[in-house]
Amino acid sequence: MADFETPALREYPVIPHLKRDATAGLSPFVAKPEHQERLGFPGELLDNWEDVAIAKMGELLEKYRALRVYLDSCVKCGACTDKCHYFIGTEDPKNMPVARQDLLRSVYRRYFTFAGKYFPRLVGARDLTREVLDEWYSYFHQCSQCRRCSVFCPYGIDTAEISMAAREIMDAVGLGQKYCNEIIGKVHKIGNNLGLPGPAMQDTLEGLEEDIKDDTGIDVKLPLDVEGADVLLVTPSADFFAEPHIDGLIGYAKVFHQAGISWTLSTYASEAANFGMFIGSYENMRQVSLRIRKAALDLGVKRIIFGECGHAWRVAYSFLDTLAGPFDFLDPRYPVPQHICEFTYDLIQRGALNLDRSANDHMVVTFHDSCNVARASRMGSMPGGQFIIPREVIKASCNNFVDMRPDTIHDQTFCCGGGGGLLTDDLMEIRVKGALPRMEALREVQQEYGVTHLAAICAICKSQFAKVLPYYDFPMDMIVSVHQLVSNAIQLGTKE
Amino acid sequence: MALLDIVYSLAFYAVTAVFVLGLALRITLYVRSPAPLKIPTMPAPLTKQGVALRMFREVAFFESLFRSNKWIWLFGWVFHVALALVLLRHLRYFTDPVWSWVVLVQPFGMYAGFAMLAGLVALWLRRVLLERIRYISSPSDHLMLALLIFIAISGLMMKFVSHTDVVAVKAFMLGLIRFDWQPMPHDAPFMIHLTLVMLLMVIFPYSKLLHAPGVFFSPSRNQADDSRQRRHLATWARDMEAN
Repeated sequence: MADFETPALREYPVIPHLKRDATAGLSPFVAKPEHQERLGFPGELLDNWEDVAIAKMGELLEKYRALRVYLDSCVKCGACTDKCHYFIGTEDPKNMPVARQDLLRSVYRRYFTFAGKYFPRLVGARDLTREVLDEWYSYFHQCSQCRRCSVFCPYGIDTAEISMAAREIMDAVGLGQKYCNEIIGKVHKIGNNLGLPGPAMQDTLEGLEEDIKDDTGIDVKLPLDVEGADVLLVTPSADFFAEPHIDGLIGYAKVFHQAGISWTLSTYASEAANFGMFIGSYENMRQVSLRIRKAALDLGVKRIIFGECGHAWRVAYSFLDTLAGPFDFLDPRYPVPQHICEFTYDLIQRGALNLDRSANDHMVVTFHDSCNVARASRMGSMPGGQFIIPREVIKASCNNFVDMRPDTIHDQTFCCGGGGGLLTDDLMEIRVKGALPRMEALREVQQEYGVTHLAAICAICKSQFAKVLPYYDFPMDMIVSVHQLVSNAIQLGTKE
Repeated sequence: MALLDIVYSLAFYAVTAVFVLGLALRITLYVRSPAPLKIPTMPAPLTKQGVALRMFREVAFFESLFRSNKWIWLFGWVFHVALALVLLRHLRYFTDPVWSWVVLVQPFGMYAGFAMLAGLVALWLRRVLLERIRYISSPSDHLMLALLIFIAISGLMMKFVSHTDVVAVKAFMLGLIRFDWQPMPHDAPFMIHLTLVMLLMVIFPYSKLLHAPGVFFSPSRNQADDSRQRRHLATWARDMEAN
């Protein structure tokens, strides 16, 4: 399958011994000049890149308190050293969160601190050389910004913030990552990550309507660009074509249908994902977010609801109001924005949906908490709602649900291995190895409880698992959308 | 007053100035740099009071560290609590009359010195013996522990081995505070102790000891989870929007 070995699942996970430079050579394709320039970055590595990089670092230190505090505060206690899935899977010490941060911190110390300027050896400060830059390019693209390390750090130091800053510095000197930057360009130009134009979307949605009709005999609509609809649904574009994402989209449509709430998708804002976050670019993240604001205004909707997507929900929940607010033109009775799971959960609570759990009796389901939902956002009105609500939706839709080991779920969940802009074939090795801890926890519940399916609420998790599960001898179609379970269980034609 | 007393007195003022001003500058920098996005590590408290409670648990009990690794937590927490007791006990050398609660702390503070030393040694052993922690350590990380260990040992020596005239120490310290200089005891443990403490004070604002003020400014710990309730906008982001 590939030129690397899939790690063996360990029965008793232990902290691995260090294997130096195990994944030093692993780095994604570099963005081409056209991908860079579309986002306002230099096309290729600048001649004076060292100076530009240090100036950019200085600028970021002024703009982001987190960066400065995190770079200053680490005491090298070691609390994070065994917490990263990429470290566990690759055994490369530079994938330990503190060591990854130190790739940047060493340069920060050299240029921005007294000790690093005058006693570089003593405090581990380094000049910014080409070798250091290459190291940044490798290892800051071996971080999925999942924030698991920040849960355990006594100061809350979040490696995601550090790797975002590093990626922004690299973009500023002309060394961008192809996968992310090409995709962001497509969103700016066309409106979604796939570059799917309006007519193609229309075709796809009509095809889905026919499929649902064939399946259920009911006319369930998937409306596009309908002015005056109550709800604008913004969902990851993978929901329009990928498996099992598309079954989730069908699930949303059925929920709206049974609830009798008018809704619409938008061609202009046909993407929930916001890769601007992955590259740490406030400006790009803002531009992508503003499309959603514009679509909501143009269509005159009252509410905005987001489909199943992890980092999209982080940007939506935590940043949307900051980036593209205020949303005072929407109906104030609903939070802005809402997650589709919150929406469905409310309907279930109110008895507005007719769900037959036995429709999913062929499954024993477990739930993967997506990192950005778990550690960077919330659902519902109380802390931890992001853990409860998706599980309640699953339990309302199927009879057989079990959780994985407690130290691998909720805010201690392990990343799927493909987040943070790593979901690209040129990073397959890190994706497979990074999935190890999740696969181990999955194997346990498979053996103990006969789990057959892994449900997720993130487009990246779903794509990643579909690709990675076979490496660990799980069936590829083990991964399902949460709203796919709802879709199976919902009894159309019984509530209208 | 010997020349040595004058040198130490002047050095003490200089060191205090470096410590206070250096720290004040750094904290000002933290206060003034904006946090443009809401990034609390979730689940996070919904209110400011909740955040205060989270921060208290973090600072008083090292809650996150406890979840992470029980050994680091044990050694680190013992060291810090002992250090706090020891520091409080030392107030008796800077106040006259000594506050009554400091008197109460005194017996605990005396033996806390041993706990502090034990915690430091354990932390250092981890740093040396564990491959992962050794890998992430710079020379400064080892030296910092060495410095603290020598401060603890020299302090304990004064109390339990070669007794220093603490009445003279107190007179010296009060003299410094009241700008009425007094001679200090010229015995080795005390002078070593004082010198190392002054060194620590100079290093403090320029080293990882900044974790002490830093933790209070960490957005992942000090932000409330209220991004759907109120709009959060940094000044520079507002300026950007205006353009």
